[in-house]
Amino acid sequence: MADILNNDTSRAPVSQTGHVIPVPEDEGMIGAKVSLTIDGQEVKVPMGTTILEAAKKAGIRIPTLCHHPDLCTAGLCRICVVEVEGMRTLQASCAYPVHQPMKIHTHTRKVRQARRHILDLLLARHYGECYACARNNNCELQSLAKEYGVDMFRFGHPDQPMVEKDTSSHSVFRDMNKCVLCRRCVRTCIDLQEVGCLEVAGRGDQTKVVTFLDKPLADVVCINCGQCINRCPTGALRANDPTDEVWAAIDDPTKHVVIQTAPAPRAAIGECFGLPPGRALTFEMNTALRLAGFDRVFDTNFTADLTIIEEGTELLLRLKKALVDKDGPVFLPQFTSCSPGWVKFLEHFYPEYIPHLSSAKSPQQMFGAVIKTYYARLHGIDPKDIVTVALMPCSAKKFECNRPEMVDSGYKDVDYGLTTRELAKMLQEAGIDLPAMPRSDFDDPFGTATGSGVIFGATGGVMEAALRSVIELVVGIKVENLFDHCDIIPLRGMEGIRYMELTIPKVGEVPDLLKPLFPSWDFLNGVTVKVAVAHGTANARKVLEDLKAGGKMSECHFIEFMACPGGCLGGGGQPIPTSPEIRKARAKAIYDEDSAYPIRKSHENPAVLRLYQEFFTEGPCGHLSHKLLHTHYTPRGKYIP
Amino acid sequence: MLVTENERLEHDIGVWIERFGKDRSGLIPVLQEIQRKYHRISEHAMQVVADRLGIHPVEVFSVVSFYSFLDHRPKGKFVIRLCRTISCDMAGKSRVAAQLRSDLGIQFGQTTPDGKFSLEWANCLGMCDQGPALLVNDQVYTRVTPAAVHEIIEACRRTFGVYALEAKHEEGHA
Repeated sequence: MADILNNDTSRAPVSQTGHVIPVPEDEGMIGAKVSLTIDGQEVKVPMGTTILEAAKKAGIRIPTLCHHPDLCTAGLCRICVVEVEGMRTLQASCAYPVHQPMKIHTHTRKVRQARRHILDLLLARHYGECYACARNNNCELQSLAKEYGVDMFRFGHPDQPMVEKDTSSHSVFRDMNKCVLCRRCVRTCIDLQEVGCLEVAGRGDQTKVVTFLDKPLADVVCINCGQCINRCPTGALRANDPTDEVWAAIDDPTKHVVIQTAPAPRAAIGECFGLPPGRALTFEMNTALRLAGFDRVFDTNFTADLTIIEEGTELLLRLKKALVDKDGPVFLPQFTSCSPGWVKFLEHFYPEYIPHLSSAKSPQQMFGAVIKTYYARLHGIDPKDIVTVALMPCSAKKFECNRPEMVDSGYKDVDYGLTTRELAKMLQEAGIDLPAMPRSDFDDPFGTATGSGVIFGATGGVMEAALRSVIELVVGIKVENLFDHCDIIPLRGMEGIRYMELTIPKVGEVPDLLKPLFPSWDFLNGVTVKVAVAHGTANARKVLEDLKAGGKMSECHFIEFMACPGGCLGGGGQPIPTSPEIRKARAKAIYDEDSAYPIRKSHENPAVLRLYQEFFTEGPCGHLSHKLLHTHYTPRGKYIP
Repeated sequence: MLVTENERLEHDIGVWIERFGKDRSGLIPVLQEIQRKYHRISEHAMQVVADRLGIHPVEVFSVVSFYSFLDHRPKGKFVIRLCRTISCDMAGKSRVAAQLRSDLGIQFGQTTPDGKFSLEWANCLGMCDQGPALLVNDQVYTRVTPAAVHEIIEACRRTFGVYALEAKHEEGHA
């Protein structure tokens, strides 16, 4: 078996990858580079580069619709056609690998006319008023229609819906009247995420994108990751939008509306206000949210820190069980449970691995439970009057907060999940110019969290945060002694699967918080802790298959999984568009924010420590913490009844 | 031993997958076998095939929906497909069609209530010089006249039910 860490590209079947000539390794080789003339401009590219990439290199823009930087080549919308001298027909530039010198024209009369025809044909089957569309002003079809001056519908335009919308899911709404059959969602679902919920059915003019037997999305195997939404060029796919309910709660004077904000949306929301990717607006957003009418603004990172304590303790307990007690089965490696898309993925495809999943809730759900119990008591507010809203980069969080078991506070722990896009819309509706807001801090009693909580938003972040705390709590030395500036670099980056080993050189005193659970750390002395990180469910599948086969991953102790490529910062609720570059810029913003925080380790968060003193007095993984901060999972299986 | 329909189906799929290969390329032959034996590719069959081949059920559904000889709705034991393209049309397709409709009592695209016959249109069968042409399952009939329609359907009917019993009976006496 190939090494799991070499991060081979997608498992996509050969039939679905485009015809590609491999780019030669040595570009200096004779014949390795080809010179092209694009619109009279000379450009030299490695053999096998597509015309589209070559044009990009030359600074020439060719319009695209079905092409996406994260996905395999499809070459089916034909918007990117160009004229190649000496060829009778127009060529799709996204799918044409250059193999010989050629002259290309990107905007001749023939090309422009063809593109206009394609748009007219697409619009003949595209129903939807732009005004009433979630993607108004951010729609690739709309902007192409503008660019190519669509002034009348040459082939007609539907004036009423052709099919019903599918609003069955808590997370993803499908309106196939707006679908242009670019198959980006299909490629996302099958190749990028390997969930396989969407495919194309039928043929010819009967073609449509469907789920299994065209069932409602809620009834099929969908993990709600929302990656399809991020890659849809039109408004055919969008998240379930609860902004009306949130506004209603804000307008209701009897309701105490509390919002918690996750780290990833802050790093991306600026994109909705015209800023380039990679500028975090955390503290500007606090002001804006209060201005919009939220009564309290809390930081989800607080419960991210709490998650680290709970999940870390759970891991140490499992290790103790395996190394000291040796009674009964121990489920190692432990899997993280912060990503609701990943959790549902496991429930569907690998239900036999559910015991490996940490029982700790995700930070969002922990916060909901803490707000409606601890915070309500502290401030003398009846929990039934509290409305908790969660700002998340995620569409699966909407499903998670509606899970029937998430009512441990006696009420629905989190009432509404908002995505980054929806919050941006709310702020715009309130006339708030977010980037121009003055900066302000989060509200007490939870305050500003630590850098460890912030990096939850990037892939590898949970693991890094956990290691920072484990090193200090177990080894008893400062993380800075081992890793420069607390940055555990091997866990960062965008490789699909990352692996790290860390030998515990010596053990220190057991801190007071964990004294009741562990008499001493001696059992960990000299142990090599093996951890891994995977993001995107395609990579998660690889790790699980390796685990099944007894490979390298089966020796791990702790594995972090994130359903979305790049982690939360690439989540299904983040601003559109997305690409590897955009995700890298967002990751940089998150790591920069982390390094700017005065406290960077979860176990040093004073508010978390106070919570254990005042509320969860039995300590981590105690009775009350099990009631409020831990959950259980449902084996779902992949068969659809 | 009592074997449920689904167990029998799963067993058959296992046998066919063994024969045609345990990867994506075995998909179509397996689906054709299922269609031939069960006259439909059920929801359950699609999911079992997907599971055994390591692909997604929706991909199997996609393939089934693409080919008109594969169907996930129940089809008759005999699927009659009448060619509707121009030369068969000129050779008198409409009279044959009318005869089929009235003999079977169903419209094109429908299946008889007893589940024995389905009536469908087909595009060119490649028998343009011998039109009108029709297919009964895999068997081609050419120069079909309304009178021949009656015979074709009767020939099918003789293979099941009381007619089949009678035929067996006569054989026994002979």
